[in-house]
Amino acid sequence: MAETNLKALGGLLARQGILVAFVVFMIAFALWNPRFIEIDNVFSVIRSSAILGVMALGVTFVVIGGNLDLSVGSLLSFSAIVVLDLHETPGFGPALAIPAMYAMTMGIGAVIGFLVGYLKLNSLIVTLGMLSAIHGLTLTWSGGQNMDIANQQETWFGIFGRGTALGIPIPVLMFGLLAAVLAIILAKTPFGRKVYAVGGNGTAATFSGIPRARVVFFTYIISSFCVATAGLIQASRTMGAQNTVGQGMELEVLAAVILGGASLLGGSGTVFKTVIGVLILGFIQNGLLLAGLEFYVQFVVTWIIIILAVWLDIATKRGKLWSPIA
Amino acid sequence: MQRETLKNLLKNGAIWGFIVLELVFFQVVGSVLSLSETAFIDPDNMLLLLKQSAPIGIIAVGMTVIMINGNIDLSVGATYALAGIVMLDSMTWPIFVGLGDWAIPFAWLMALLTGCALGLINGLIVWKTGVDAFIVTLGAMLGFRGLVFMYNGQQPTYHLNWTMVDIAEWGVFGLQTSALVFIGVSLLVWLMMTRTVHGRNAYAIGNNREAAVNAGIRVGPHILINFVLIGFLAALSAVAFYSGSGSVNPNDGMLFELWAITAVVLGGTKLAGGAGSIVGTFGGVIAIQLLRKGLGHIGAQTETVNLVIGLILIAVLLLDKQLNRQGQQELKL
Amino acid sequence: MTTDRKPALRLEGIVKTFPGVRALDGVSFEVYPGEVHALMGENGAGKSTLMKVLGGIYQPEEGRIFVDEQETVMTSPLQAKAKGVMFIHQELSLANELSVAENIYLGALPRKSFGRVDWKMLFDRTDAILDRLKVGFNARTLVGDLSIANQQMVEIARALTVNARAVIFDEPTASLTDAEKVVLFEVIESLQAEGVGIVYISHRMEEIFKMTDRISVLRDGSYRGTLTTAETNEDEVTNMMIGRSLDLSRNHAHAELGDVALQVEGLSCHALFQDVSFEVREGEVLGFYGLVGAGRTEIAETLFGLRTPSAGKIFLKGQEIRIHSPIQAIQNGISLVPESRKEQGLVLGMSCRDNITLPQVDDMTAGPFVSDGAEISIFDQYRDKLEIKTPSWRTAVGNLSGGNQQKIVIGKWLSMRPEVLIVDEPTRGIDVGSKAEIHNLLRDLAKQGYAVIVISSEMPEVLHVADRIVAMYHGKVIRTFTAEEVTEDSLIQAISGIEGGKAA
Repeated sequence: MAETNLKALGGLLARQGILVAFVVFMIAFALWNPRFIEIDNVFSVIRSSAILGVMALGVTFVVIGGNLDLSVGSLLSFSAIVVLDLHETPGFGPALAIPAMYAMTMGIGAVIGFLVGYLKLNSLIVTLGMLSAIHGLTLTWSGGQNMDIANQQETWFGIFGRGTALGIPIPVLMFGLLAAVLAIILAKTPFGRKVYAVGGNGTAATFSGIPRARVVFFTYIISSFCVATAGLIQASRTMGAQNTVGQGMELEVLAAVILGGASLLGGSGTVFKTVIGVLILGFIQNGLLLAGLEFYVQFVVTWIIIILAVWLDIATKRGKLWSPIA
Repeated sequence: MQRETLKNLLKNGAIWGFIVLELVFFQVVGSVLSLSETAFIDPDNMLLLLKQSAPIGIIAVGMTVIMINGNIDLSVGATYALAGIVMLDSMTWPIFVGLGDWAIPFAWLMALLTGCALGLINGLIVWKTGVDAFIVTLGAMLGFRGLVFMYNGQQPTYHLNWTMVDIAEWGVFGLQTSALVFIGVSLLVWLMMTRTVHGRNAYAIGNNREAAVNAGIRVGPHILINFVLIGFLAALSAVAFYSGSGSVNPNDGMLFELWAITAVVLGGTKLAGGAGSIVGTFGGVIAIQLLRKGLGHIGAQTETVNLVIGLILIAVLLLDKQLNRQGQQELKL
Repeated sequence: MTTDRKPALRLEGIVKTFPGVRALDGVSFEVYPGEVHALMGENGAGKSTLMKVLGGIYQPEEGRIFVDEQETVMTSPLQAKAKGVMFIHQELSLANELSVAENIYLGALPRKSFGRVDWKMLFDRTDAILDRLKVGFNARTLVGDLSIANQQMVEIARALTVNARAVIFDEPTASLTDAEKVVLFEVIESLQAEGVGIVYISHRMEEIFKMTDRISVLRDGSYRGTLTTAETNEDEVTNMMIGRSLDLSRNHAHAELGDVALQVEGLSCHALFQDVSFEVREGEVLGFYGLVGAGRTEIAETLFGLRTPSAGKIFLKGQEIRIHSPIQAIQNGISLVPESRKEQGLVLGMSCRDNITLPQVDDMTAGPFVSDGAEISIFDQYRDKLEIKTPSWRTAVGNLSGGNQQKIVIGKWLSMRPEVLIVDEPTRGIDVGSKAEIHNLLRDLAKQGYAVIVISSEMPEVLHVADRIVAMYHGKVIRTFTAEEVTEDSLIQAISGIEGGKAA
């Protein structure tokens, strides 16, 4: 029986290990520097993680559905540039620019969803190709120029990135709200169940009458919706953007999702775990900054943490620390 | 039977057919529209093209080996930048600085050793922990980039040595050093993949890993060697490029991994591993560079290059899927 | 068999335990040079564990292994090969993109300087081996271009590259045609003539009695004894394997038949099957029997909307229907318990409950959300009805036994209340006890008025459960038998393409 208890403990660690690690990490840092858990600091961390976090929420759906999305960084640049440009277009203004940007970003998401879902093309390559294609589209749209809002005093566009409500920064509210809604969709609705089934075993899902293509399609729609939201926050916060604002973010987003414990093979992961993954990345960065280290030190720390997290996960599953490969 | 032959021809020759198509298209469109005063198929232009494709090309050769193995390496861009920094910086180290121009080979050696060491780290982690190479190198991409920044902050690293620039710009038949390195590396690795036991084992492992293990191929060390090789090649690419330029920006090499993977996939290597060739990758690299240059030649804005390459990558995937269909008998999954 | 000869391979008192299970309980067994020794036992009897011990994948807790009476500790398949013990696996272990020669010498390619492959030596040696096997391909052919039978020949050729003392064939004929089997048997005989000891694992009695000298039987991980083939018969072997006479009596119980539930007319799907017509009534079990590749599974997949038929009509309760997707099939009341439980039937990482309710999760809702209560009540209902043994509804299906997994798949479809239930290979990979349960369950379902189609490769199974049997050969229905008129001989003739069963 002792063996089963041990297994249960191992199982708990495997399921909640990342949460445990997060709590331990927070306590250790708070002891070292109480400033770390002050409410202002916590908000500022969440606020600066919001863009990455919102994107990671969408990618969680794609990954649980058994696919990858490497195009989110490129798509973020696109949505930020588009919304800024439309904002500056006479006759548009924020009220028209924002829905138009959502429509276009999600239109691109639909194309990816169609290619991966209905045409069943390999998602890694499709989204790699889209990364490049969307980047080209963005450059063509902007003519290679950076976008800026000329008259920043006269627009309410800035509230998404800079505003607060009830003392909470709007980006934090948007991140929290979206996380809550998507967590419920994933955990509690038939659609969420189907995403797990399709990612867990796509063939069995088809044999159970689940429209696999449609489910995959909608995971990309959700992902592109999240990217559009992240792009809105990004554009609104800086009231301007470069063509390359999202460059490289696709892999950071993926890192957060993996850190949260979603398997790249699909069928496992939750929104909550992804949020933890995002927060870990955010707090590490913050903690290192508080410790007086440069922002890039977090890259190295993230590297080590990702590998340790995934290693721990598979080591628990196989019951051996080291790989049996000769 | 004929369908089979056609399929094989398309599969193996597609990339070269595509290159010919590109050449003809840009030549004809360029002259018909009189957009450009020079011919597109111009010897100097073609030689320049080889040089320009060298940095990604050298890395793509290594990526082919990794992908035939059934792995992937997302960290090569960062390896490239770090090796470049080490090379330029080491020339100012006290032990080398007194050597004058003789510091150059040591600087190269330091860069190549850096690449090998980074590859070794990835390879060891993949081997010993059993974590998927995608995740290991995704992490390493961030980690190595962090190392790049830690070296010199956000400042570029400069060191211009004119002898080194001369070496980089040296050439025969109009082929500059980096182009020669690209061709040489392609040739050597092609020989390795087609003629040596290690190369044949790489295919076997990518094809059927369990069978390879049971047949006594030591998969772990094999994978390790290939990661060291790609680290070495990423560093070699940096050596070839930065010897001439003399300046490394800490953001250099970003997205190189994605360009290299694009070239490899265009060249017909399967993501799942087990199939692919260096010749195909060479074609893939050339095809991408031709597209870049060609679009410029016919006056298209440079921005459209990304768009076109992305769409072509997806089109290739679609075509491949169509060719591999079993016709109407297929199970609708 | 003279006793003073040395066995080529001998196992003595092998014990291997897994947590909670004694997988091998003191198994002893030997094969002499030139002997073909059959190893038989039900699924789960311990054959594959024994092979893994022999191949060094598992280390036994007790017992010893001798090759040519030299005690050997097996640490890996590679080391077993070095000792002269070779395996011809059920699942082929070949690299499709490499040549025949490279596959045969996988892991042992002859080298020249600089790690180069010595192609000449490689191809010469391989061609010499292929000549011995009299195969129709050469050393340079890509393995991916060969038929399954020829790929198996490549595996066998591997055994000839070393000085093999014993070769273990694991279900070698599973995917071979009759003509290919003849070639395989010739090869085995020539190995025999060279003094190699052969261990032959198979379920197919006729092969065992044709090919082997002795038969050893495993049951529940323990050694049950060895029989001389010439002095025994199928009943004795079967008895030994299952510990009792096979309780697969012929089905003569006449069910109350209702209306025609499903009628198929002239259904064809390109080269897979042609002009298939049959009907199944409510309360009836219709069996489909034929060899692997005869087109049975493909018919089921077509009825379930996974393949597009090239011709033919499908009628459900007299109404013509068209089915383009599983969703439409399900809406029309057609359900399929697929051939491969793990790949097609179940999402192994999901809970038992979620697997059962998967096809109807859209209806399991309260407002926009999945209702736990509705799902658990469905689960409880079918757990009780089918006697599914699981610790909890939360248990991941992957942790259940094969029999219980199969019941989950059946429960999934019963909960949809289908008109027609198609069950493809209902008891593949399931232990004897659960087999009987599933058979009874299928009969019960018919009694309750379901129209049931059972596809099986096991003759006793179709004879036991089916009211009528459709015999198929090469994509065509050869004959439909009623339970009264069918005999084993006529059934075998019909499915082997031997003229004798005239089309009914």
